[in-house]
Amino acid sequence: MARPVLTGSRIRQYRIDKGLRQAELARECGISPSYLNLIEHNRRKIGGALLNNVAGALGVNTATLSEGAGAALTEALDAVAGGFAEPGADIERSEDFAGRFPGWARLVTQQHARVSELERLVETLNDRLTHDPFLSASLHNVLSTVTAIRSTSGILATGDEIEAAWQARFHRNIYEDSQRLAEATEALVGYLDVGGDTDRVLSLPLDELEAWLSDQDWRIDALETDNDTAASDIVAQAGSVFSSSAARALATAFLERYRADARALPVGPFEEAVLAGERDPMRLSARFSTDLPRAMRRLSTLPARFFKGGFPPGLVICDGSGTLAFRKPVRGFAPPRFGAACAVWPLFQALHRPLTPVRTDVALVGQDDVRFQTWSIATSDYVAGFERPPVVESTMLLMPVLASIDEEDAPYQVGTSCRVCAIRDCPARREPSILNVSEPAPKFG
Amino acid sequence: MGGSVLLIEDEPNIIEAIRFILSRDGWRVDTHSDGLTALDAVRARRPDLVVLDVMLPNRSGYDILHDLREDPEFKELPVLMLTARGQKKDRELAEKLGASSFMTKPFSNGEVLATVRALVGK
Repeated sequence: MARPVLTGSRIRQYRIDKGLRQAELARECGISPSYLNLIEHNRRKIGGALLNNVAGALGVNTATLSEGAGAALTEALDAVAGGFAEPGADIERSEDFAGRFPGWARLVTQQHARVSELERLVETLNDRLTHDPFLSASLHNVLSTVTAIRSTSGILATGDEIEAAWQARFHRNIYEDSQRLAEATEALVGYLDVGGDTDRVLSLPLDELEAWLSDQDWRIDALETDNDTAASDIVAQAGSVFSSSAARALATAFLERYRADARALPVGPFEEAVLAGERDPMRLSARFSTDLPRAMRRLSTLPARFFKGGFPPGLVICDGSGTLAFRKPVRGFAPPRFGAACAVWPLFQALHRPLTPVRTDVALVGQDDVRFQTWSIATSDYVAGFERPPVVESTMLLMPVLASIDEEDAPYQVGTSCRVCAIRDCPARREPSILNVSEPAPKFG
Repeated sequence: MGGSVLLIEDEPNIIEAIRFILSRDGWRVDTHSDGLTALDAVRARRPDLVVLDVMLPNRSGYDILHDLREDPEFKELPVLMLTARGQKKDRELAEKLGASSFMTKPFSNGEVLATVRALVGK
């Protein structure tokens, strides 16, 4: 049986597991069997005291029914299995596994993360052998010189009569070529040695930046209080957090943009405006006479206390190819670390309609109670002038909605990425899901 | 013997060695080192065979070969491609573009002689 993704389905599964009939459970919870039937088929929503009663009667945690056992861990396990064509694992029991052996389950996901990292490293090294211009030029140089030496020495070695002048010339050529060869091989060895020691790309620069930002709570105090602190100093202070020059360059670029953002929306007036209840990025950008993406980025740096329920917003940025260039997760929404994201995110709708703001409510499938308000916009910058292509960037801000949205006004559903998404008949589906999506499509209202 | 070969290659010492062994075998050898004007050189010299390096300054040997085969006059002209990378991909590309033969550096003098003789049918 598939892992139920909705609360009602979970209730049904736990009840059947316990061998209870619908009528028995309904009586115990003080509701009619037909109403319980509607709940179990996800046609009525359940929450509050009734959910507590049902959980009590079934002898499980309320959260287990509403979120599943360790939703994040279960999802991570699903993602692990999703990486394999023939997982050989009981995917439908991943929630059970995560609940019973959380330590082992975490180990499995950590190993998967490590394997993915190493796969990236192999890919990077492979790319380097194929595309590194210095390596390829050096090898060409070595081969050309060897060819000349082989050919010339071949002439001298045949023992045929060769004019003295020619002989002298060929000797000189061989001498020159052998010197060139020595230099070329020395340079090659030196390059490979250095390349092997520094800038070992064990994790991606973006992963390092995001891990570091997560430690800082996504807020750079140094740039809030003193806007002149040099980005390079902040990066240097982080020390070995950034393992490559690529990561340091990415962090420096991020900090420079942060500095410009903080200048346009200075911490004092900005926080005052948000505390006074203004959370709409469009109105904030108008009030501070700045652009929308800047206001969205700025909102994503505010600490939890500024937001209802204590959940600060998430932020996702992608470039013109749809590649995620920045990922700040938010409660209930973790953008994929590897592979492509869900194609129906408002982020991508905005990408295809540059300069048009997209304001949408979405529900993350599989977590029927996690809903988000999203704001997205794509902008294009002609940084390199008219004759070069524009640099396009799409930005999406997500705020979790805790109060239940009006049932009639159900938001549309999105996933994180196809492999672990349970949406049935998604027109934008790119590859099959590993979840069983044959159960009735979730209905609201 | 006595056919003519146009050697399009930019490495001076390779030019010198190949020119020497082909001349000694009775071929008249002209050389050219710039990719951009290589096609003009072929038109001007009208050789019996072209030895064409892939990596040339200003224009790739593949592009030159492509243009040669587009020209009805040089459709049948024997062309021996020289490359520093023996990858299957390179060989396939050379074949697709109509190279008569393909040789990977570093080659031996004997190979060069045998191939040139075979291509001109002498």
